[in-house]
Order: sequence, then C-alpha cells, then structure tokens
Amino acid sequence: MTTMSSAGHSRRDFLYIATGAVGAVGAAAVAWPLISQMNPDASTIAAGAPIDVDLAPIAVGQAIKVFWRGKPIYINHRTKKEIDEARNVNVATLPDPQTDQARVKEGHDQWLVLIGICTHLGCIPIVHSGPYDGFFCPCHGSVYDTSGRIRSGPAPLNLALPPYQFVSDTKIKIG
Amino acid sequence: MSGHSTYQPQSAFMKWMEARLPIAGLVYSSFIAYPTPRNLNYWWAFGGILALMLGSQIITGIVLAMHYTPHADMAFNSVEHIMRDVNYGWLLRYLHSNGASMFFIAVYIHMFRGMYYGSYKDPREVLWILGVIIYLLMMATGFLGYTLPWGQMSFWGATVITNFFTAIPVVGDTITTLLWGGYAVGNPTLNRFFSLHYLLPFVIAGVVVLHVWALHHVGQNNPVGIDPKGDKETVPFTPHATVKDGFMMVVFSILFAWFVFYLPNYLGHADNYIPANPAVTPTHIVPEWYYLPFYAILRAIPNKLLGVLALFGSILILAFLPWLDSSKVRSARYRPLYRQFFWIFAAVCLLLGWLGAKPAEGGYVIAARILTIYYFAHFLVILPLLGMFEKTKPLPNSISESVLSPSQAKVKV
Repeated sequence: MTTMSSAGHSRRDFLYIATGAVGAVGAAAVAWPLISQMNPDASTIAAGAPIDVDLAPIAVGQAIKVFWRGKPIYINHRTKKEIDEARNVNVATLPDPQTDQARVKEGHDQWLVLIGICTHLGCIPIVHSGPYDGFFCPCHGSVYDTSGRIRSGPAPLNLALPPYQFVSDTKIKIG
Repeated sequence: MSGHSTYQPQSAFMKWMEARLPIAGLVYSSFIAYPTPRNLNYWWAFGGILALMLGSQIITGIVLAMHYTPHADMAFNSVEHIMRDVNYGWLLRYLHSNGASMFFIAVYIHMFRGMYYGSYKDPREVLWILGVIIYLLMMATGFLGYTLPWGQMSFWGATVITNFFTAIPVVGDTITTLLWGGYAVGNPTLNRFFSLHYLLPFVIAGVVVLHVWALHHVGQNNPVGIDPKGDKETVPFTPHATVKDGFMMVVFSILFAWFVFYLPNYLGHADNYIPANPAVTPTHIVPEWYYLPFYAILRAIPNKLLGVLALFGSILILAFLPWLDSSKVRSARYRPLYRQFFWIFAAVCLLLGWLGAKPAEGGYVIAARILTIYYFAHFLVILPLLGMFEKTKPLPNSISESVLSPSQAKVKV
C-alpha cells in the first residue's frame, strides 16, 4: 500500500475521532431513557405528596403510626416523664450525640415525630418498649430512648426525623 | 469457511483466554475477518438490520415489562400509566409498537431479497428453513404482544386467532379450552400470553444463532448467484460489510424515528384505545398490517377448516421453496422470465394485504379468491414449470467478470 501524505492520515484520524464522539453522544442519548424509566414515575411522586395529620385524637402517652412515602411514621404524644428522661442525659455519651430539643419542634416538646425504621437493617422498632421505655427493635436488639436516640445495639444512628411542620397546635403536615 | 480462526491474540491475557474459551477468535472469524463477497448490494444489509431490531425489541420490551401489569382488570390502565407517568414511558411504548412494524418491514424485504437472488437454493436450504421458522416465531410473538394492552382489537384478535383451533376436528375444542385456560379468552389467557411473549424473543434469538451459523458454514450468496472464486473476490467483513450495514442501520433508524416521533399511531388501529369489551365485537376487525395478506387468504376460503389450513399453508409453503423452484440458476438477474413472475408475486402479496383490510363483501371477496389461487399457483405451478422450461441468460464465469470485461476479470486464485 502506498504511503499517504500526513494530511491524509490526520484527516482519517479526525474522521475516526469525530465519528467516535458522535457515536458516544448517541449511545448516551439511547441509554438515558432506559435508565431514567426506573426512577419513580409521576404517579408515584404524586402519591408521595405531603399529608396532614390531626393530633387531637392522640391522648397523652399514646403513639400512632401513619404512612408517608411508604415509610412508617411514629407520632408519640409524650408524657412529662418521658420528656424529662430524654433531657436528663449527658449528650456526649450517646453513640449518636443529639439533644432532645433538636429532635422536636420548639413549643411542641410533647410531640415526637420520627420515621419508625431501625437504622440498622430496616425493621420497625416497637414503641414504649425496651430498657428506656422508648423504642426496641426486635430483629437484632437495638435500644432507643424516649427521644428515639440509639443507646445500645447494632444500629449506628438515631431514628430519623421526617420533614414536618405544625400548621396549628393540633395539626401537622408531614412532607 | 469452516476451520480454525486466524485470530492471533496479542496480549498475555487474551492468549490465556483463547486457550480456554476461544470466543474472541469466534467473533473475529465470524464478523471481522469473515470473507464477504465483494459485490453485495444494499439488499444484503437487512440481516444486520433485523438483528438490530431484535435487540431493540428485547431491550424496550424488558423495560416495559417493569411497568406493565398482565391482569385483565389492570392491563389497559398500566399501559396508559406507562404512556403518562413513567419517565420516557411514551417513548419506550412507541419504540416497541412501531419497532414491531419495522421488524416486519425488514423481514419482508429480507425474504423477498432471498427469493429474488435464489438464496434458498442448494446449499442454503436449511438456512432458508431456519428463516421460515424465525418468521413463524415472529408472527407468534407479534400476535401475543398485540393482545397485551387489552384493548378491543387485542381482545377480539385473541378470540379470533385462538378460535382457529376449534377448526381442528375431534380435539379442536379441547385444545382451544386448554389455550384459553377458561371458557373464553379472559384473564388466564392474558397472563399466559404475557409469559409466552416474554419467552419467544429469546427462542428467536437462539434460532437466529443457528441461522447465522448455517449462513457462515456455506458462505453468503451474492447478486450474481455465483460462488466467489478466491480471496480476490471477497473482502473482510470488517470494515466493508460492517460499515455498509451500519450505514443502512442509520437510514433504517431514520425511518423508524419518523414513525415513532411523527406518526406513532399510524400503523395501529384506533379501536385498540378502547378497553376490551367481551360483549361487543368491533365492526371492522382487522389484524395488524403485517398479517393482512394471510388474513385475506383466510377469509377468501368459504370453509372454516380449509380457510385455516390455507392460512398456515400459505406460510409453510415457503419452507418447500428450495424444492419447488428447480432452476439451476440462482439469481433472478439471469432469469428474465422468473423475474417478471417475481414482481407479479410481490404485487399479488401487496394486493392481498390491501384486500385484508377491506370488508369481506362483493368484489373484494372475488378478488381475494383469485389472488389466493394465484399465490399458491406461483409456488406449486409456476416455479416448477419455470425450472423446467425457462431459458436463462448465460452466467458469467465469475463475480469479477460480471462487473469487469472478461479480459480484465482474470481471477488469480
């Protein structure tokens, strides 16, 4: 084969690189919808809109469970004893240090709203049980206090808080 | 072509791999170094296009199955959910439904190419029969898929096709009940149709592997119908055929995209946007366009069992083509009389397709009967007679000679 001039070589190189680049963009354009379709669709997102929960029927010392975005949410109407026990602790000694005040809304200390999913491997902890009368996870023995903070057991973090607001003294909007 | 691959692995890893599972060598000898006749024209690109469409249908189908519900009460709504809620669901659905039509456009061109150039003749009879099997599997897959949206056409198409089996004497009703899973087309039918629709494309893929294996064992046909005489008459598959096939895939994809984005429902039937109603049959019930010629043949025969047999016979007769056409000359380029009958046959198929969409009344029925008789006569009468009596044009000595003058075309083997 006769040798080509260097201009001929670089034109071929240019064509190869240009074709490859367009091909790569094309491949990405093809792949994106195939991947994106697995993300939550519009109806799932719509079903996850914020919900209002009426707190009036919940007696002192009673806890209820509601669902939002498929997750169980505990709403615990805490007694004074439970609030005091949650605050009477050296925060620095906790596995996941956090004050009780940081886990409730100001002026609504008796209302504990948290996501009832154990931060270990996802079971629902039982409310009003365990050594602190807080939450106890039966799967692997994680123990949470009356603020939902991890005290002992394999769970690494405190029970998570959902986004929520008080729309009135007896109603919250979760989400 | 058979024999060991000429692949020479360069890296230590590839040498290790080749000694244990020579898959790189197989790919190399099948699609890189594979000797391809140098005179192939663009009609040879449709095999690659079909492979592309099978891949496209499988990928879009698997992704659609993540969102579809195969229950009679929920199927229609799940398809609307895909169209309206799922990210890019509208695109995936239209790619899959129009992809089926594109798959059939490509397969019909591929089959007519084979008929024109004699690609079904010795030694490619098994290759051709494997192709007929793939075609039958495609028709089954397309039928099963069309029932899944559970619209009016889905439901009534399922009823009509499954009722074919009641034409079988003695055991017909028992077989049909077994297919339905009930006393009529219903939820059990839909559920099993979904399972089979998911299964068959992989069966098709398996038969395609056999089809390509059979092809590579004997080598490809070419427009002249004469075997290549040596290395000078072939080129390596990559880059020549790879790029030519790739180019045609792009052109084909443009046509595909035109339907998907501008005419997504043109090839479909509006009645399938009505949820299935077992109490009301649509007035103008028609299958999808790719079944229309066979539908016309079915309706042309006034007897129930014979009509069904004619329908299946019109497809199965293709498998006998290598033996019905006894001419020793492969390519229609050198068979002037056969070429005319080929184009008449193509026109007959298109006309039968057109008639399949018309109501079964009056002149349409008469025309369908005449064309059905001609369809079978083409295979059973015309082809055998042509093989015996046709005066073919003299064949060139080699592929090169067909392109160049005889003195220029001296081929050194």
